[in-house]
Amino acid sequence: MKEILSGNEAIARGAYEAGIEIAAGYPGTPSSEIIKTIALKYGNDIYTEWSTNEKVAMDAGAGAAYSGRRTLVTTKQVGMNVLSDSLMYAVYTGMEAGLVVVTADDPGMFSSQNEQDNRWYARLAKIPLLEPADSQEAKDYVILGVELSEKFDTPILIRTVMRTSHSKSVVTLGARTKGRAEIGPFKRDPAKYNCTASNARKMHPRVEQRIKDIAVFADTLPINRIEWRDRSLGFITGGVLYHYLLDVFPEASILKLGMTYPLPEKLIREFAAGIEQLIVLEELDPVLEEQIKAMGIAVRGKDIFPPCFELLPDEIRRYTREAGLLKQAPESDTSPSSKQEQPKEMPQLPTRSPVFCAGCPHRSTFYLLKKMKLPVAGDIGCYNLGTLPPFEAQHTMGAMGASVGVLHGMSLAGLPENRVCTIGDSTFFHSGMAPLVNMVHNGSRGVVILMDNSVTAMTGHQDHPGVDWAVTEQRPAKKVDLEAVVRAMGVEKVKVVDAFKIKEVEAGLKECLDFDGPSVLITRGECIFVSRNPQPPYHVDLEKCIACHMCFRVGCPAIGQSAEKYPKNNKFKSHIDPTLCIGCDVCRQVCPTGAITPPGTPKGKE
Amino acid sequence: MDTNFLVVGVGGQGTILAGDILAEVGMSGGFDAKKSDILGLAIRSGSVVSHIRWGSEVHSPMSTAGQVDYLLAFEPLESLRMAAYLKADSTVIVNDYPIPPVAVTTGQMEYPSRERIDDILSAASGRYFNINVTEKATQLGNVKVVNIMLLGALSSLIDLPVSVWEQTIEKYVPSKLLGVNMRAFQAGRQLLE
Repeated sequence: MKEILSGNEAIARGAYEAGIEIAAGYPGTPSSEIIKTIALKYGNDIYTEWSTNEKVAMDAGAGAAYSGRRTLVTTKQVGMNVLSDSLMYAVYTGMEAGLVVVTADDPGMFSSQNEQDNRWYARLAKIPLLEPADSQEAKDYVILGVELSEKFDTPILIRTVMRTSHSKSVVTLGARTKGRAEIGPFKRDPAKYNCTASNARKMHPRVEQRIKDIAVFADTLPINRIEWRDRSLGFITGGVLYHYLLDVFPEASILKLGMTYPLPEKLIREFAAGIEQLIVLEELDPVLEEQIKAMGIAVRGKDIFPPCFELLPDEIRRYTREAGLLKQAPESDTSPSSKQEQPKEMPQLPTRSPVFCAGCPHRSTFYLLKKMKLPVAGDIGCYNLGTLPPFEAQHTMGAMGASVGVLHGMSLAGLPENRVCTIGDSTFFHSGMAPLVNMVHNGSRGVVILMDNSVTAMTGHQDHPGVDWAVTEQRPAKKVDLEAVVRAMGVEKVKVVDAFKIKEVEAGLKECLDFDGPSVLITRGECIFVSRNPQPPYHVDLEKCIACHMCFRVGCPAIGQSAEKYPKNNKFKSHIDPTLCIGCDVCRQVCPTGAITPPGTPKGKE
Repeated sequence: MDTNFLVVGVGGQGTILAGDILAEVGMSGGFDAKKSDILGLAIRSGSVVSHIRWGSEVHSPMSTAGQVDYLLAFEPLESLRMAAYLKADSTVIVNDYPIPPVAVTTGQMEYPSRERIDDILSAASGRYFNINVTEKATQLGNVKVVNIMLLGALSSLIDLPVSVWEQTIEKYVPSKLLGVNMRAFQAGRQLLE
């Protein structure tokens, strides 16, 4: 049976077929669909959860695998930084059942704050790294990963990139392998599972020997294979780049690595010996190139391809042509009359940058932050759109939960102006709690604006501890009270305000700013994907509109210009698109002339 | 011989579903098929691009410049961004329903005129259709079926049994909306006549 699956759906399928029983992760593009698909399609066989953060997911994964359950842990590339703390001990201990970690990397930074290359983590941790090229391999490598994990008693790292996670291709389905029917009692084996220094000293040599053994095994692993074609040019590559290469250099020989750490040295030497000019094709860092050079093999790589951004077929063509490797562009054979060189007088096209949805609860806060000209330490979530015009009111952003610690640092520095940070509810549970406790204990001053929209919105509306469901809305869960948590941490000034009422938010913010100590302003308002309760659209009374464009300052996609000008300033009056407006009322509150009204309000003379 | 498609539009228009159906139609029609989506945050109103490729053996899931045979655009501005991908003998089907981005509605940039769009796309392609499908879908009683109607239009140009399309659509759309979607598909098949 064949199905067309995305890489993430295929990983979910692989988890099912591999007999995985527990899957945990924290949402992050491009990894989020793995847990979601497992929950929706294989939820009867596999327990899933969105853990509060990646480290928590990894610990849960280790504990489950120690207990004898095959386990999958998922993360996006920067989440690996959080996860890695707990991966490192699992590398030393090994487990009783297979443990596979999937990192979905983001070359090109479609939805990430950096472009880090997580292949380094395999080298740092000294564990095998598998890199699928398409959905079939994504599924197969999870199954292989579980096998290798149990054979060598080590966690396995699988790395996808956005293109493998979010591309679909045809997959042949297989049956599920059963995990253990019964488990327990828990194995009390501190020499294996307790990394106290005296034990860890015995574990470390085992880790070193294990990765050497796996390197020898890698030479025999069928997913590492040579495809001999023309021997004047040969590429060593892995992941989706393999498919790009087949399009750009159909005649070249390829050493296709399914396992990119540890490297199969014999196979690489055999390939190098049969090739006149050897090239490593890899996105981002020269991870393969440096190791192959360390073997004493002459190879080119980053002198041809840059270390930034994706290497799509068009880029591979460009850089290899510049390096004199690609004599003729193959696409000129398939489309001789391509007009791509001169798209006819293309005008400069308006950008379609992301904006807060119509009805978003974050809008009022950023409208005020812009107006009040406060320095704002920002965090990761939809609210980072407050960075863009018309708000331009999020002045730093670096990592999950960082805003609270950065705010504390601004306080320590003794800035002459008051300051705030913005952090979402899910991000706060992820990694904002520890820095807030730190602010309390160390006598910091500043306002933490906790933007509570009742969901992990940006990544596709997942749960977090502050909601009463888990993974799917049908599965009930205990809701943790955000305000009670903050108060229990010792924050003395806590205000909860309705995010859709600008004056209420403003008053709450001023009260918190006046407080001499750490304070928390919870701006509460459900994401439109949670409330799903659109109200009838508002309209602009053109008789009253004076084209002051104050309503543009709330940055709503439903608000634009009308066709009518206001004579006194010769500007276009405003218009509300009734197909986009969901009646959140925020724009009405900033209109100085009362021109914006909900339906049912009598219009001016027309 | 590969057949390459681009499905583009604005988040919330149903482009992803249309691309998913198109990829599966390729597989069910006996081809190797791949699809790749580029989408931004999980919020509404961003640009969405899906590459779909059919062939005996498809390698890269994305087409490159000058490789695309069919461009299915749910929104005119988004179609222009893809002009460089078109083959000279390609077919372009645009839903004439502009959704101006905020940069346009607030007067910072101009939306290209219909004449300009016509000029560029007819020069870049072999066959160019620009039809207000949104209006026709609304007449059918559900604006959301624009995607299936556009697939219907596309299907009328492609030599595959209509049953392959219908069975795939049936698999992907919610059963309670199957009737209106099938009507939309049939209406779409007449759209380019």
